[in-house]
This record gives sequence, structure tokens and C-alpha cells, in this order.
Amino acid sequence: MSTLTKQDTFSSLFTAAPKNFESVRKLAEESFLAQDIPAPKAEEYKFTNIGKKLEQSIVNYSAALPIEVTIDQVKSALFEGFEGNVLVFSNGKFLPELSSSIESVEISLISAKPELALGTIAKPGKDAFTALNQATFEDGIFISVPKKTQIEKPILLLSFNQANQGQVIQPRVWIEAGDFSEVTFLDQSISLGESSYFLNKVVEVKGGINTQIRYYRLQNEGKNVIEVSNFETDIQQDARFTSVNISLSGDLVRNNLTLNLLGSNSEGNMYGIYLLNGKTHVDNHTNVDHTIPHAESNELYKGILADQSRGVFNGKIFVRQDAQKTNAFQQNNNILLSEEAIVNTKPQLEIWADDVKCSHGCTVGQLDEEALFYLQARGIDKVQAKGLLLYAFAGEVLEKIEEESFHNYCVSLIQERLGSKF
Amino acid sequence: MSKDNSILEELTSKEYEHGWSVNYEADEAPIGLNEGIIRWISAKKEEPEWLLEWRLKAFRTWLTMKEPEWANVHYPKIDLQALRYYSAPKQVKKTKNLDEVDPELIAIYERLGISLNEQKRLQGIAVDAVLDSVSVATTFRDTLGKLGIVFCSFSEAVKEHPDLIKKYLGSVVPMTDNYYAALNSAVFSDGSFCYIPKGVRCPMELSTYFRINAANTGQFERTLIVADDESYVSYLEGCTAPQRDENQLHAAVVEIYAGAHAEVKYSTVQNWFPGDKEGKGGIFNFVTKRGICAGDHSKISWTQVETGSAVTWKYPSCILKGDYSIGEFYSVAVTNNYQQADTGTKMIHIGKNTKSRIVSKGISAGKSQNSYRGQVQVMKRADNARNFSQCDSLLMGDRCGAHTFPYIDINNSSAKVEHEATTSKIGEDQIFYCNQRGIATEDAVALIVNGYAKEVLNQLPMEFAVEAQKLLALTLEGSVG
Repeated sequence: MSTLTKQDTFSSLFTAAPKNFESVRKLAEESFLAQDIPAPKAEEYKFTNIGKKLEQSIVNYSAALPIEVTIDQVKSALFEGFEGNVLVFSNGKFLPELSSSIESVEISLISAKPELALGTIAKPGKDAFTALNQATFEDGIFISVPKKTQIEKPILLLSFNQANQGQVIQPRVWIEAGDFSEVTFLDQSISLGESSYFLNKVVEVKGGINTQIRYYRLQNEGKNVIEVSNFETDIQQDARFTSVNISLSGDLVRNNLTLNLLGSNSEGNMYGIYLLNGKTHVDNHTNVDHTIPHAESNELYKGILADQSRGVFNGKIFVRQDAQKTNAFQQNNNILLSEEAIVNTKPQLEIWADDVKCSHGCTVGQLDEEALFYLQARGIDKVQAKGLLLYAFAGEVLEKIEEESFHNYCVSLIQERLGSKF
Repeated sequence: MSKDNSILEELTSKEYEHGWSVNYEADEAPIGLNEGIIRWISAKKEEPEWLLEWRLKAFRTWLTMKEPEWANVHYPKIDLQALRYYSAPKQVKKTKNLDEVDPELIAIYERLGISLNEQKRLQGIAVDAVLDSVSVATTFRDTLGKLGIVFCSFSEAVKEHPDLIKKYLGSVVPMTDNYYAALNSAVFSDGSFCYIPKGVRCPMELSTYFRINAANTGQFERTLIVADDESYVSYLEGCTAPQRDENQLHAAVVEIYAGAHAEVKYSTVQNWFPGDKEGKGGIFNFVTKRGICAGDHSKISWTQVETGSAVTWKYPSCILKGDYSIGEFYSVAVTNNYQQADTGTKMIHIGKNTKSRIVSKGISAGKSQNSYRGQVQVMKRADNARNFSQCDSLLMGDRCGAHTFPYIDINNSSAKVEHEATTSKIGEDQIFYCNQRGIATEDAVALIVNGYAKEVLNQLPMEFAVEAQKLLALTLEGSVG
């Protein structure tokens, strides 16, 4: 054991932090110091010992500097059939020269928006890593969709990350969508190189009334990356928000996804797949906060775990006392493909109102032997049959992706992983 | 709405039936907790040296432990130094002959509806009656003795069967297991002990009835059930306490050991004083219950009906160690007024081909909070483990809460685990359907609740099922959601 305190792990980040957003950063720093890196066995990080991972070999983290990204790299990263707008980032830094300008959408650096109420949606007090990001982030991106605007083509947030062990990349995203607007975001990051850096991302989405926001994310980082991402959004009256999160790789990945349903007749949807192999550890913590009556939330997360991978799922549905007539559904299904894979799942309901319909279900099991036999009896070999069944299992989530090119891309990645094309 | 309110008021004004207390001369330990008190208790009970050492060891460990705070319950801190750890009716001189037991004490149990008179009783149940810190009577000992079954108070067992106690005490719930188990290990006063020898099927229900009478006293009893290979026993536990303004602590430990092919069925109807409608008083029920299916093909089944206590914190668990062993947990937990319950189970699959089943039905009314907290753990070597869990919550009234915290930890790919949970209130359409057929709303609610809890109530032995059903009706009568 080192004699350094946990907080020393990030102390140089604090000294090097930019001087803007002074009060916001100060609050966040205090919050981080108060919370500290989650201790082993801390309830919220019970199965994900991130402190140990971060401190294993590193004494002092520093911020990763941006790397050079070429237009060819961007072009080759775009998936087949993609037609839309691209915003390019290098180690969290926005690169306007490589990005498209999008008609009627305001895009700027966060540093150019000193009035921005950072941390009012993703509150630093909720998670130590949100606080760390808020106190020490370099810069980030501000995206604003004006009201009554429909952005037809999706906006792809394409990040190129390359850093060394002991370096931190801290992207920060702020999205605003005015009343009655509609927009789809795609989020993908590409790791250049294999080293084990720490990615600590925070996304805040502020939606107006009657907005339709979709946020699809593909996590396919390098296999040594340690990642924590905090995503939080406020959903207002008549609005609908849908998140699809596909995790395929990484060393240790922790996603905190929080939806706050703040207006009646709002709807929040959370879907996810974690398809893991090797020693990848993915932890999805989702939280839906029903604060008002007449709102609905749906959640479906599916996991396929091979090798020594570990999947953690914690879904919390919180229904406040005033949130009568709430409908909340949650489902988590897991398939274990190997003896050494581990699943820890905790579908949690906290209900303080009586006139609600809430249900959750969770299963852990294997492929249905009979279904496998059925396919084999019809001349499909075992590997293919397995792939087919697993793909069908994942398909229920994949079909929630309404953006065709992105859907196809995810499907191709998953099929490739499942070892059979069909 | 106003009608609902009036019905609710009527319900909440209902008095706790067993709220009376009796004055008897008591033999009490001084207030407070220290090694001296533990030596005092041990000396009082004429315990052998090894047991005193065991207690002291537990006490020393307990001193280093912290009160758990993870449960979803809120209560004022208990000043453990302000409690009395031993209180016994003075007249008790344990006799084998029931006729010699003080009639005053027998009267207490008569009043609770528990007859200690063997002739007057249904021939089906043997009772160990525990009043405050000691066992006052055990019925049918001779009948059971002929089969080799040992059923007596814990203190007697220490004297008469020290080998068995030495072997099994703390083998399922180690003294250092948790804060309250350690405290119990240090200061436990009495309880029941039962041993079913190999191949014996216990011909009657064994039962312990716990009654807290004295004020400012904590009750710390310890139950140990050992079912040797190929035996069977069904065990019942009931409890009540007088109505008092201050909170009282009940921290019991129950250990069950099941050998190969043995089956143990443990049923509880818990009806401690739940506090009044303002949430004043009531029992803090912090209990550690655990069973181990040590042998192959063994089975432990927990059934509980929880209606009392101000705060409940209780997780009857099964360690499924033997291959092909089975663990079951059936629970109905009802909370009303300001009651809080955080209850559930742990199923730990260690052996191969083990099975477990969890059915938990929570009902919350008034301003109460009802939580299900359960864990299903499948260890690496537990091939072909199978679990099914269902936990439903029923809400009555808009100020109560229902919470579910299921932990599912799977380390073996051949495991099949299912969990499902629902939360809702009684459907208006269901009530309407009953109304339409001429059933009054109140009766309809009773009908629906009874149907809702049926799956669990069916698991109870007959005598208990009747009591439980009455209790359920009493606790919830009129609370139309």
C-alpha cells in the first residue's frame, strides 16, 4: 500500500485545471474531495472496484494532450451508408476544422459559454467521477438545437482517443434541445493504440417540452481502457428520450445513465447490450427518477458473456410519492457462455406512490439446448446455430436503433463477434 | 376518498390485541452491557466454562463491530447500555413436570391462546414457552423423548447435551457474522434446542412461543435445530409483546442444520407489538436466521408471516451446500402505520444441482415502508443451480412505499436464474368485478389480499395458517386502496 491518499491520484489534474468556470469547478472539487474514489464494497460500486483499477500502477494521473487526426482517419471511420453530420474530437478536444457545420444547430466550445449552468443536470454530488470531470475538464462541446427544429440527419460524435497509461481523457458534452425539436445523436469513440488510459466522460442533455431525442452509443474502445461515463438528462412534458448503449470492449467500463422524468406524459427509454469477452468488465448503472404523475419508462438490457468477462447491471426505478399513474418496466437478461464469466445483477425498485404499475424481471441462463438442437437438426452447424440464437437474443435491443446505417454497423460488429455471418 | 379515509382511520385505531402485560416478580440483571454482565448471565445459568469463553469472545468481537446502516430502515439509535440483558420470572424453577409450573405463568400463555396443558391441547404440537429471557415450560417432552428427539430449552440442552451444543452452536451463524448476531452470541439468555436423530420423522409440530413481558429489556434468544440424516421436522415460532411506549430490542439467532436427506420446515408468525398509530413504541426486530443444507438431498424451507414489529430486519437464508439440496423461502410481510420492514432471503448455491425458490409478497399500507432485499448467489462449482424468485408488492394508500433490492450474483454458466417482481395497487377493475357480484368493497379487498398471499399461506401448517389468515385480515381490514 502506498502512503498516498486516494485523492493524490488525481491531484495534478486539479492543479492543471483551466481557470474558467471558477465557482463550478470549486464546488465540484469540494464534492470530489468529500466523496473520494469509491471505496471497495461501496454499495454503488460494489462489484466494480474502480479505485483498485485506477491505482494499480499509477501514482499520479495527468491530462492527455490532443493528438493529430487526419481527414482520412475520419473518412475511414465512418460506417457504410452513413449520411449525416460529423463532429470530430481528439482526446476530448473538439476539432472544428474536421467537423461538419450543421444547419440551424449552434455548436461551440463550452469555454465560449461562461454562463452555462454546468453540473445542474449531471450533479457532481451524485458521483465522484462527475465531480472529477467537472472540476478538471479541459474543454468540451456545446450543442444547441433551436426550438421547433427537426434535425433530420443524425449527428455523429466521433472521438479519436490515444493516450498512455496514467493519462486521463475527460470529454464533456452539453446538449440543449429547444421545445418541439427532434434530434438523433450517434456516439462512437475509436481508440488508437492499445494502452490503458482512463476515460472519464460526462454528458448532460437538457431537453425542452415535447422533444424527441435519441442517443445511440457504441462503446468499442481498446481492450485496456478504463472508462467511466456519466450521462444524465432531464425529460420535460410530452417529451421522449431514448438511449441505446452497446458495449463491446474495454478493460473496465462503468456507465451511469440517469433519466429524470420531470414533466407529465414524458417517456424515457433505456436499452443496452453488453457483449463481452476476454477479461472485460462492464457495469451499467441506470436510474430512472419518476418525479411526476403520468410518465412512462422502459428499460431492456441484455448481456452475453464469454471467457472471463463480467457483467454488472443495476437498474433503479425510483417512483416518488407524487408520481401516481406511473408505468415503469425493466428487464435484464443474461446469457453466460463460459464457466468463468460472472453476472451480478440487481434490478431495484423504490416505490413511494401507490397507483403505479411497475415490474422488473431478470434472468441468467444459457442458450436453449432444444432450440440449438432444432437448428442443428435442420442442417445448421452448431457454431452458426449458436450465433443465430445469440443474435436473435441481442436483436430485441438492436432493433431499437432507428438510424439505419448505425443499426447495420452495430449488427455487423455483433455478428462478427458472434462468429458467424448470415 | 373520504370513505377510504374513514375506513383507514378505523383500521389504524385498532388496538394491538396482545398489548397487555403482567406484573410478576422478576429476577433481573442490572442495566448495562459489559463483560461483568455476561459473566453474570453465564453464572446465573450455571453454564460451563467453555460457553462463557465463547460468549466473551463474541462480546470482544462485537466491540469492534459497527451497527449496520445499509438497511432501508430509519430508527433512533438504540442505547445498548440502557438495556437490561436478563429478566426472568422469579418463580421459574424448571421442572419436568408441567403441574409444578407456576399457574400464574401458565395463565399468561392461556391468555395468549397457547395452552401448556398437554391434555387440553390439540395433540399435534409440542411447545417451548419462552418468557422474556427464560424458557418456562416445554410440553410433550416425554412423548418426543421416546423417539430420541430432544426438544428442550437451550439452557437445559447445554447441561444435558453439551456435545451436541458444542458441535453445532455457531456452526451456521458464526458468532462474528454480523453486529446483532455477535451481540446475541454474547448475551443470549435462552431459546429452544431441538435434535432429531437419524431416520426419525418428528410426529408433531414443534413450536416455540416467545413473549416479551418486562420493560426496558432486550430479548436475545437462540434457537438451534439439528436434523440428522433422513429426518424430518416442522417447526413453528410465534411471538408477541406488550404495548409499551418505548422501543424494545429483539435480536435473535436461529440456526438450522440439515443432514443428508433431512428436511426442516420452519414457520414463523411474527406479531411483535408494531408501535401505535403515531409510530410510537414497538419492537425492533433484528434477527439472523440461517440454515445449512449440509448433506446431499436435504431441504430447508422458511415460511414467514410478518405482521408486527416497528422495524424488522430479517433475512432467513439457506446455504445449499449438499448436492441436490433445496432451499425455499415463502414470505408475506405486512406493514401498516409507521412500520418499516426490510426483509428477504439469501440463497447461496454451493453444491451441484441445487434448487431454490423464493416467493415474497409484500403489502404496505398507511405510512409504512416495506422492502424486499434478497440475494441469489451461485458459486463457481455449483453446476446446474436453479433459482426462481418472485417478489410482488401491493400498495394501499399513497403514503406508503414498496422497495425491491434483489442481488443476483452468478459465477457459473450452467445456472438458470429467474427473477420477477411487480408492484401495483389493488386493481379497481378487480374490486369492481367483485362489487358487481354483490361482494362489498371491504370483503373484496380481503378476498384479493388473501388470494394474493395464498401461495405463501398454503405453506403454513394448518394451525398457523388459520392464525395467519386472521392476522392478515385484522391488519388490513378496511384499508381500501
